[in-house]
Amino acid sequence: MPPTPVPPAAESRGLQLVSRSTYLKELALKNLFLVCACVAVAGVALIFAFVGLRGWPIFATVGPWSFLTGTEWNPTGAEYGILPLIYGSVVVMLGALVIGTPLAVGTAIFLSEIATPRVRSIVRPAVELLAGIPSVIYGFFGLIILRPIVANFTDGLGFGAVTAWFILAIMIVPTIAAISEDALRSIPPGIREASYAMGATTWQTIYKVLVPAAKIGIIDAIILGMGRAIGETMAVLMVVGNAPVFPESISEPIATLTTQIVMDMPYAAGDHRTALFGMAIILFLVSMGLVALVRLISRFQTAMESGR
Amino acid sequence: MNKNVTNAIALTLLWVSAITTVAVLGTVILYVVYNGIGELSPAFIFTWPEGVAAEGGIWPTIVSTMYVTALAMVIVTPIAILAAVYLAEYAVQGRLVGTIRFAADSLASVPSIVMGLFGLALFVEAAGIGFSMLSAALALSFLMLPIVMRTTEEAIRAVPKYIRWGSYGLGATKWQTVSRIVLPAAMPRIITGIILATGRAVGETAVVIYTMGQAINLPVTPLDSGRPMTVHLYLLAMEGINLPAAYGTALLLMILILAFNLGARYFLRRNRKV
Repeated sequence: MPPTPVPPAAESRGLQLVSRSTYLKELALKNLFLVCACVAVAGVALIFAFVGLRGWPIFATVGPWSFLTGTEWNPTGAEYGILPLIYGSVVVMLGALVIGTPLAVGTAIFLSEIATPRVRSIVRPAVELLAGIPSVIYGFFGLIILRPIVANFTDGLGFGAVTAWFILAIMIVPTIAAISEDALRSIPPGIREASYAMGATTWQTIYKVLVPAAKIGIIDAIILGMGRAIGETMAVLMVVGNAPVFPESISEPIATLTTQIVMDMPYAAGDHRTALFGMAIILFLVSMGLVALVRLISRFQTAMESGR
Repeated sequence: MNKNVTNAIALTLLWVSAITTVAVLGTVILYVVYNGIGELSPAFIFTWPEGVAAEGGIWPTIVSTMYVTALAMVIVTPIAILAAVYLAEYAVQGRLVGTIRFAADSLASVPSIVMGLFGLALFVEAAGIGFSMLSAALALSFLMLPIVMRTTEEAIRAVPKYIRWGSYGLGATKWQTVSRIVLPAAMPRIITGIILATGRAVGETAVVIYTMGQAINLPVTPLDSGRPMTVHLYLLAMEGINLPAAYGTALLLMILILAFNLGARYFLRRNRKV
């Protein structure tokens, strides 16, 4: 076979084994792929541009401080204070975390440390399937089944934070469990063996060795679960009762940032509509902030480990 | 307390948490199946809802859901796969790749109603597409993009290095290696990822509610509006006027989701190469 003729331009590129046309084609494809990868960046930029620009005027007309800390959400009276909605989001999120985290971390430990392969092959798909069930079905389930049960134990209709806690707790279990389980599984088996060799029981190994070793991963999992809880819309919407006020008890109707957007969007106009976009951009910044926090933690951890 | 007693109690609690998780899933599925099974009939699936209480069937909502999901899948698949090829095969760790990964993670965590408002502002209003299948599909594709990108990248990284070396050793270029060796080997896992992301899109409500419209309509062109099954279920449940139809819709939705999830699993098990 005769040697491939080297095009003149190739000499300046050093040792070149392909023809110029192949080289150009490869380069063009590489750049095409890069453009596709940048679609994700473009998506984030577009969300900022289109949601942010629509929402920005509310910070100017109402003022950022009175928008964020105003206690009255009354669009017909031109009062746009979202503190009750922020309060609702935080209350709903915290309760869901308190109920959901032990369940999720417990399930993760069970999957990585206790379950036999056979049991694992049932529980793991079940956890993944929980993540696949549409939020509107969770909301429907909460509305019809859970709400009357909660109503029995409290003196209301069952619309309120308590019902949302239980529904959201179920919904964040897959997120927290999957990431925690990854963290636990990435611990080298030798560490477990060393612990057992010292005479530790399974539980002692779990809570004195494995959980501390997987601590960062579990914290990441909880932060991402938090993001999921704050951003969840439909399921919460169907059970919280949608009253943008500070409730007197946890079983009274409240509203969150996400639910208020869905409720008001069909008829909102003018400043009211701008305020809804302003709430959306706050939600976006919070969810992005949580992702950034997870990255910071892992960078900090890498720095700590290489420093040792 | 004796360490063995503590151990037994703690392990029991871990069993309880796992069983609770599985039991919750079972309860939700059984509840929907038990209440919805009586509603399912060819007439319910293939006829139109009629009257104020939406009696009759839900055919247009099924078509709308399928239409928008298929459209979103067609839009997102090529972009996500090529993006993942870049990240897994071409990219050099650096600031650009860090930015892309951060953007993808951020997109994955965007609250769905924020994505809905984004679709409303950009596609429905600014681009002038109006409430339509296309607007909803474009908004959904931003939701699916990070999911498909991640699963595809993992699939490509799971292809053993020596297969690539064999290809390069035969004189193949990078693109030849990627397109003829790496992607076919990773294909079963890539397709699984696409099926799972599509399942997510089927169940999405908040993204489509203000991008597709809510009027019942049988979409023909991508510019037609419609009402997906999830929004139909939401409206029926909240208005409380026709619970049987809500149960039937919930069951059909659940069957679709289960089909996507179990189908993806089955497909992966049968075709697993790497």
